[in-house]
Amino acid sequence: MNSTKMTWQGAAQIVDIKKAIFWGPWYVAEQRLRNMSKWLVSLISFGLGNPILFLFAIGLGVGSLVDANAGGKAIDGVGYLAFLAPALLAGAAIQAAMDETSFPTLQGFLWEKNFFAMNATHLTPNSIVIGVLIASLIRAALTTLLYEIVLILFSAITWASVLPLFVSAMLAAGAFGAAMLATASKVVDDDGFFAIVGRFVIAPMMLFSGTYFPIASLPIYLQPIGWISPVWHATNLGRVLSYGLPIEPWLFAIHIGYLLSMFVGGSLIAGRIFAKRLDS
Amino acid sequence: MAEAMIKAVGLTKKFEEFVAVDGINFEVKKGEAFGLLGPNGAGKSTTMRMISATSQRTAGDLHILGKDPNQKGPEIRAHLGVVPQSDNLDRELKVWENLFIYGRYFGLSRAFLKKKVDELLAFAQLEEKRDAKTDSLSGGMKRRLTIARALVSEPEILLLDEPTTGLDPQARHVLWDRLFRLKEQGVTLVITTHYMDEAEQLCDRLIVMDKGRIMAEGSPAELIKQYSSKEVLEVRFGSTKNAEAAQNISGLGDRVEVLPDRILIYTEDGEKVLKQIVKLGFEPVTSLVRRSSLEDVFLRLTGRQLVD
Repeated sequence: MNSTKMTWQGAAQIVDIKKAIFWGPWYVAEQRLRNMSKWLVSLISFGLGNPILFLFAIGLGVGSLVDANAGGKAIDGVGYLAFLAPALLAGAAIQAAMDETSFPTLQGFLWEKNFFAMNATHLTPNSIVIGVLIASLIRAALTTLLYEIVLILFSAITWASVLPLFVSAMLAAGAFGAAMLATASKVVDDDGFFAIVGRFVIAPMMLFSGTYFPIASLPIYLQPIGWISPVWHATNLGRVLSYGLPIEPWLFAIHIGYLLSMFVGGSLIAGRIFAKRLDS
Repeated sequence: MAEAMIKAVGLTKKFEEFVAVDGINFEVKKGEAFGLLGPNGAGKSTTMRMISATSQRTAGDLHILGKDPNQKGPEIRAHLGVVPQSDNLDRELKVWENLFIYGRYFGLSRAFLKKKVDELLAFAQLEEKRDAKTDSLSGGMKRRLTIARALVSEPEILLLDEPTTGLDPQARHVLWDRLFRLKEQGVTLVITTHYMDEAEQLCDRLIVMDKGRIMAEGSPAELIKQYSSKEVLEVRFGSTKNAEAAQNISGLGDRVEVLPDRILIYTEDGEKVLKQIVKLGFEPVTSLVRRSSLEDVFLRLTGRQLVD
């Protein structure tokens, strides 16, 4: 039999409560990152594989067709790949944020109930929400950086646009991640909810947000789909920041304001729903 | 006199019109193993959630470690260890990682946790499963891991909600042994259970709850002495004959309880009463003389069995 006498100083001695509360969200993020680390090879493979496939098929395939027919600088005065890159980055960052705020939220509330384990400690519902969002942004950052490496290799973006595009993609990830976290935290029974979100929210959002063509090309009655989509706001912002798409200052402010509002609003709503479910 | 770790006065919890906990009073002293015994729906788990500072009370006063959980929830929770009714381990993580990550929630350093995790694995007899995923653990092992996880921050109070429900007898005994060791180390334990043997084994003092109220309070021995007799004779005459036999033997012993499948006769001498029954011309199909238990206390107090 092993010695089972434990050293025991007591929580009052070993837990620094102020530090534990202050860093609480980061400790939650650590848990999520450790979970993610189990899938690191897959994450990197998808992170590199997706953009390579997209750039070959859409960027080079469709792009060469567009450039051949409309000229090398037909859209916004740049080549099709440069036009497409901000949208692809925003889309990839959103997808990564969604991956980390959708099913892990069901995991936390329904499948493994580890949000309840966290809440049994000093961690509050708000700490958990912020921690999950931090982890989702780290995952989105990894995905975005991998995507940017591939875009650089394909000469789709310049080195100068790496940082601005990273910022716009992260704004998109934060906005969508927070909204998805608030939505997912309402789910009490996993009955294919995310399949519906994928088909009826994500797909239209990608198709009608000026991803593959300027939003102005759409009939006016379809353009509002883009206006409410974080993909369009982030994509347009990325186009401004990367190749200097000329837009009105108020529209620039709206892009940033919309994405930040979605992030803050989604986080606050998620915090309220988490509190309701965890502190009954 | 030992300090009160938990003090509840008129503690009440309502869910709209339903009163789950109805103005209960109790106190838990430092180093004590305190039990909340009662059937499902008695209000034990609701009381436990209020003690664990994750559910706000509707009325009354509650102080844990001298603080009000409605005001200082996170600070109180930082000093508690919680073992929930169903295990909520991280299935993607290895056994040691579950302990490590939980320790990180409390801001404990990696160097401290490296040593602590080994210590807890030894305590929970899970050293060989260190690198296994939790899915591969048996129910008893998962329970021990959940208890070990709750100990990572060296809590002042360990709260255990139905710690052995669903475990086989061997796994229960291993778990009791671990809890005994914690008690020996002076850890304050609060346990909810609907198993009377568990309450008798582990608790220094307990409250018997039913329908949100406290029916009785005391040590297991005190409760048995106060509400039951020294021995109980259990006799079975067959389902069709129990009622008729019960009428004829109702004068024997201190008290007779007729259950659907058997008759219980509370007495100071079970063997003597059994002989009297046979003398009366009733031959039981089976008979058993046993010591009184908390189950009998509960039956006496509520007219119902603990496990329906």
